[in-house]
Amino acid sequence: MNPVNYLYLSALLFTIGATGVLIRRNAIVVFMCIELMLNACNLAFVTFSRMHGNLDGQIIAFFTMVVAAAEVVVGLAIIVSLFRTRHSASVDDASLMKL
Amino acid sequence: MENLIALLVAAPLLGAAVLLCGGRRLDAVGHWIGTLMSTASFVFGVILFADLLGKNAEHRTLIQHLWTWIPVESFQADVTFRLDQLSMTFVLLITGVGSLIHLYSVGYMEHDERRRRFFGYLNLFLAAMLLLVLADNYLLLYVGWEGVGLASYLLIGFWQHKPSAATAAKKAFLVNRVGDMGLSIAIMLMFATFGTFAFGPVLGHATDASEGKLTAIALMLLLAACGKSAQVPLQSWLGDAMEGPTPVSALIHAATMVTAGVYLIVRSGAIFNAAPDAQLVVTVVGAVTLLFGAIVGCAKDDIKKALAGSTMSQIGYMVLAAGLGPIGYVFAIMHLVTHGFFKAGLFLGAGSVMHGMNDEVDMRKYGGLRKYMPVTFITFGLGYLAIIGFPGLSGFFSKDKIIEAAFAKGGTEGWILGACALVGAAITAFYMTRVMLMTFFGEERWKNQPTRSPEAPSAEPAAEHQGEHAEPHPHESPKVMTIPMIVLAFGSVFAGFFFNLGDRFLHWLEPVTGHSEGDSPLSAATVTGATMVCLVIGVGIAYAMYGRRPVPSVAPRGSLLTRAARRDLLQDDFNHVVLVRGGEHLTRSLVYVDHTLVDGVVNGTAASVGGLSGRMRKLQNGFARSYAVSMFGGAAVLVAATLLMRAV
Repeated sequence: MNPVNYLYLSALLFTIGATGVLIRRNAIVVFMCIELMLNACNLAFVTFSRMHGNLDGQIIAFFTMVVAAAEVVVGLAIIVSLFRTRHSASVDDASLMKL
Repeated sequence: MENLIALLVAAPLLGAAVLLCGGRRLDAVGHWIGTLMSTASFVFGVILFADLLGKNAEHRTLIQHLWTWIPVESFQADVTFRLDQLSMTFVLLITGVGSLIHLYSVGYMEHDERRRRFFGYLNLFLAAMLLLVLADNYLLLYVGWEGVGLASYLLIGFWQHKPSAATAAKKAFLVNRVGDMGLSIAIMLMFATFGTFAFGPVLGHATDASEGKLTAIALMLLLAACGKSAQVPLQSWLGDAMEGPTPVSALIHAATMVTAGVYLIVRSGAIFNAAPDAQLVVTVVGAVTLLFGAIVGCAKDDIKKALAGSTMSQIGYMVLAAGLGPIGYVFAIMHLVTHGFFKAGLFLGAGSVMHGMNDEVDMRKYGGLRKYMPVTFITFGLGYLAIIGFPGLSGFFSKDKIIEAAFAKGGTEGWILGACALVGAAITAFYMTRVMLMTFFGEERWKNQPTRSPEAPSAEPAAEHQGEHAEPHPHESPKVMTIPMIVLAFGSVFAGFFFNLGDRFLHWLEPVTGHSEGDSPLSAATVTGATMVCLVIGVGIAYAMYGRRPVPSVAPRGSLLTRAARRDLLQDDFNHVVLVRGGEHLTRSLVYVDHTLVDGVVNGTAASVGGLSGRMRKLQNGFARSYAVSMFGGAAVLVAATLLMRAV
């Protein structure tokens, strides 16, 4: 199978994720969309690794997974504490950081 | 021997430091420390003088190099002293008259609780003045020049609790600044022209420079001299400077500091000789000032201000002589020295009169004092005879020489300058006779004076006034004051004769200043005769006006000229209208430009940045998703740009 197809899939997933980040208000869903974008990138990395025949892309994919795992921990903790204080998981409600 | 030169300056400088830093502990002995330091300096001066006399005329220049002050590659300023015949003359005058005046001040300032500080300032003045005349380059001279200005400021304003004294001090300082600026510009021009400002190279190679440059330097030096020596047009400060204590007027504003301008011109003779246009300006300034000061001196009723007008006029003679070039340099200095004696004596006499008259300065409230103050009368009288040029006394020899030199300049200028000098001599005789008659002769106008504030409302201040302004009891001053007056009177009588005996002053100074005999259209005897006629006319008119008629104790209204002269010939009004008003208009328009143009640009920039920021602030709305949009937008733009660049 032509590896370029994986790149098309990756772009599609990234676009879905980005759209989700921009239009959804629920923090959990926004968060999942971010994960989706990250994994779309991972797919692209692995594909490029395959296309170029070296391991660089795969290594970076592992790094991305590590960072994403850490980010999930922190992000979920923030969302949970936000929900506890405000009784809402909407990202638009948390808009106090402005001038 | 050279090593002694620094001690001349060091002794009074040490005195000033000790007295000004020593605090109240020294109050009891401070005045004697000051006098001792001044006298020590005089003794060093005499030792050096004896040393110079022992040498040949060509080797009478001692140089003492102390240290290099500013060593920058092509800009070398050294602290070097030069003692030659010219500076030696000044050193002896400054320390000699200075020591006498220190002694006099011990008595004069006896009841002043800030006497120690007064002596500290006097010593500071001596140190600065000696630095001025001993410096071997113009930059070091400038240090002394500023130092005497500072000391003058401090001493004019010594009684700073009087607003008039504080104002006079500020006025003197400001007017002097104008002159000082001239000196600093002259030094810069010298450095630009010659690459140095040491006396040797500058004066030795003066003729190498173009005449235009030399004229510029000379005119700037003249401006400096005008400021320091109270010459027209920077003369307005001297009259007000009389607010200071009388010993200060005698030392600084008669004998020494105000003659620094003459020293500067004579010292820079080589530059002036090569710039005839500047010399002409110098003579004009001198001639105008000698008449100006004399006319002012005629109208003043304040004894010190009358003497101040006279000082201005006599320095006018010196500047005139200095402007004549080698014909006049020696006589300028000779008149300077004799003037130092008799004018200091006259001022000390005036101080002694004031001391005995409850500090009254109005001559219309004097009269008939010769009975009460015989010593003051005799010493003042000898000073008077000396200044009007009575035959045989100092002023006769020195002033006569200047008048002869003025005629000897030749041509129409010579005639005009000579005539001015002659008229000046007549007016000098007039105003000095007037001072003499109003003070020591005539009826005793200080008796039965109405108290100064007859309409004192309450009883208490009236009683106070009674105590303070009761009828004065004129009395002779203590010995500590009369002795300096007697010594100065000796100088006034004999100095001229002594200097002139076998032209010894001429031979003494000639190696430094150079000398040439002009060819006078008139014989010396004719000039002397004409001077005598002027003298008799001046004295005669004064006697007719003030000797034979009683002097009214309130000044009559007087003619237009008298009223103008009472106001210093409108010099303050002129300064006010032209300089003060002009300056105000200038500053106002500058402030306007500053507010509208400069501030406009600055404020406009700030306002537009502020407005823009206000708009940009709206982007910061706190919604995480809108930030995300901008991030995506930015990323998209970057990617698009990268692709576009690739495609190109």
